[in-house]
Amino acid sequence: MRERHGPIGCSHEQADLLESATRFCEDKSPIAKVRGLLEDEIGYDLDVFAEMGDLGWLGVAIPEAYGGAGLDLAEVVPLAEQMGRRLMSGPFVPTTLAGQLLLGAGTKAQKQSLLPALAGGEPATVALAEPAGNFDLAQISCRAERHGESLRLSGTKCLVLDAPVANWLIASVSLEGSVALVLLDADQIRQAGPVREKVIDETRRSFRLCLDGLEVPGSALLDPVATLDALREVELAGGLLSAADMCGAGASCVAYTVSYLTTRKQFGRLIGSYQGLKHPTVEAHVRMEQARSHVYAAAHTFGKGAQGEIAVRMAKAQTGPALAFAADRSIQFHGGFGFTYECDAQLYRRRALWGESQYGDAVHQRRLLADLMLSGNLFAEGARGGHFL
Amino acid sequence: MPLSGYEKFVSKPSKQELEEFRAGASAWFAENVPSPPDFVMPLTFMEVGTDEQFQFLCEWQRKVYEAGYLGAAWPEEYGGRGLNQRFQEIATDEMRRHQSPIMLNTIGLNWAGPLILDMGTHEQRQRYIKGILSADDIWCQGFSEPDHGSDLGNAQTRAVRDGDDWVINGQKIWTTHGSYAKYMILLARSIPDAHNKYAGLSFYLAPMNVPGIETRPIRKLTGEYGFTETFFTDARIPGESLMGEEGQGWTVAMRTLEYERNARGGQAGGLAFVAPDRTEAIDLARRAQRNGKPAIEDPAIRDKLVELMIEHQSTVLCARRAVIPPLVAERPMSLPLAGKLMTTELDRRLNEFAISLQGQAGAYGIGSPEGLDRGLWQRAYLNSFSATIGGGTSQIQTNIVAEHVLGLPKH
Repeated sequence: MRERHGPIGCSHEQADLLESATRFCEDKSPIAKVRGLLEDEIGYDLDVFAEMGDLGWLGVAIPEAYGGAGLDLAEVVPLAEQMGRRLMSGPFVPTTLAGQLLLGAGTKAQKQSLLPALAGGEPATVALAEPAGNFDLAQISCRAERHGESLRLSGTKCLVLDAPVANWLIASVSLEGSVALVLLDADQIRQAGPVREKVIDETRRSFRLCLDGLEVPGSALLDPVATLDALREVELAGGLLSAADMCGAGASCVAYTVSYLTTRKQFGRLIGSYQGLKHPTVEAHVRMEQARSHVYAAAHTFGKGAQGEIAVRMAKAQTGPALAFAADRSIQFHGGFGFTYECDAQLYRRRALWGESQYGDAVHQRRLLADLMLSGNLFAEGARGGHFL
Repeated sequence: MPLSGYEKFVSKPSKQELEEFRAGASAWFAENVPSPPDFVMPLTFMEVGTDEQFQFLCEWQRKVYEAGYLGAAWPEEYGGRGLNQRFQEIATDEMRRHQSPIMLNTIGLNWAGPLILDMGTHEQRQRYIKGILSADDIWCQGFSEPDHGSDLGNAQTRAVRDGDDWVINGQKIWTTHGSYAKYMILLARSIPDAHNKYAGLSFYLAPMNVPGIETRPIRKLTGEYGFTETFFTDARIPGESLMGEEGQGWTVAMRTLEYERNARGGQAGGLAFVAPDRTEAIDLARRAQRNGKPAIEDPAIRDKLVELMIEHQSTVLCARRAVIPPLVAERPMSLPLAGKLMTTELDRRLNEFAISLQGQAGAYGIGSPEGLDRGLWQRAYLNSFSATIGGGTSQIQTNIVAEHVLGLPKH
């Protein structure tokens, strides 16, 4: 990781990527396109995803040795943010997370064989969630048992994004009492029979996988020594990218509300002139601005021990409720139109519900933050009045 | 923050220069910050209600100025040190770190001073700036009127030209240091028949020691003093008191508010307020008992405390993001204009929460020996309304963000 100072900042690469992603996503994902994809089986535009690959977006946080740009997750954040802003979904985030997880816990051979293609834009995904719904990713009931040289898997994974298009995925299982990560290739994913789940955010394509009877070679196991740390790190990466996505969505949600408030008239006045609508809209805007500060702070300090973890959890805790509020008020302020499927406010509200459910909701984040911040000595004399942490 | 005109000619300091300056400032404040007196120390300039508080803080400001840690970035020829703004920021930081009392002359340091340096003539700068820094000349502000709190543009205090002088009649309210001040920045109506209410206003640097100006103290909701009402009865002030042109008063006043809201640089710096902050709130949660246990062990208290800490961190991060151009490119004025709203509302709720977490002890009053920290939090909460109401209420601030940032219609 490159040296980053202070609690928030913006690298040149981040600024460049932010600028190009802003234009790219606006151009490639107008709202009609988003609407069109809601009913689509794959759920994203293959050509646009291929262009992202050509632009090197999937390799941003992959080291140069594996064909990436050698930057950090910080530089992925503006991409996720701008995609969220244009309500884009698809395999970008799951592929990025799969790449980070493999980087963290994969063996050298696994990284060499899989990362260059991923950096070039070949999709992958992660299968970490289970029906029990634990936010703690180390609480797993899927199992792996050694069977000679191979591993026999069992159990069910859920909320696996874009499984059918992934070239490979990493699933978490319990092996001999410990958490383990295993690679599944495209054939094995097919064998696991991905079943489409009906999820609240209709821009997402989510699947349930049945691992029962799947057999993978021992070489599919990721490095057990690095597994727990990598899993912890990917949970934070997932939280950060989810927060970035919602942060982008919040900005356009507020803009969407404002455009209605500045055109719709009732009782002879633009409804945006009524303070009953005006003030909560400002509140939504301010909360999203605060969220954005947290998101870029979390990007800036990602991977920096407790400070980095606190920043991510704060970003996630701030962003989810902020987008929920912005979208909830957007539905309300659109009146009767807000109650229809045609009004885009519901797309934002659904996105917020999805985002809250991923990698720990605000209540969960605050509980962990309390343990991180209130128990120890973080705010002892040295920190008083000065820089945070 | 945009730099004021005079700052950009000052060279950028090296890291070493800054570090040396910090070490010097740190040593000086460690040595010189006075031990707490036996009276209640004001946490903001608005809480100065007794002569002994006033004298104490006057002397302290003068001492800090003479040591070179106030107005360090103001031009040398007018009494500053002509250094880069970074030096003053460091000095202010060290004041806070060493728990220095506040700099008393806030209206001078943060409103009138920057305005005079920015828009005033050479003569005005020579006459006023040094006294602002040394606390020899205390300044007060005369914007609000009894019937026109948030609607400043509607101010009705009259200014009539008479020969070389202006004659002032009317009433101002919420004048901080009204009874101590030597000068007032005054907004008054000199052209009653102007084409709109704003165009009739003029802005004055008015002396307070002329016949016809009387002040009467206002008792605050805390039971303490700190503001006055100010009455003008044929008060005659000299012609050169006018700041800018006649009829430009609104523009000048709005510019002044930009200094206050920190949307424009150029302030003298120095610690303007001491807020019991989140670190103290956590400390309080450790000490306060609820149902026989430290409040910090209560899961509901922990959740709320973390929520407030996240919000506190929001304000810290937003202030920093505001000066990172790529991260504010689309709406550069959004964070500066929302800053006051965010920080003052948070402060109010933080103090309110700090009372509630004390459980039964929340019943005790300000200064009560039975109360935790002698009712410090009760006082801080009641005083926190001065910031959510003064300088533009939160509701007015919300309108400003709505109209100037989001483009929502005024009417």
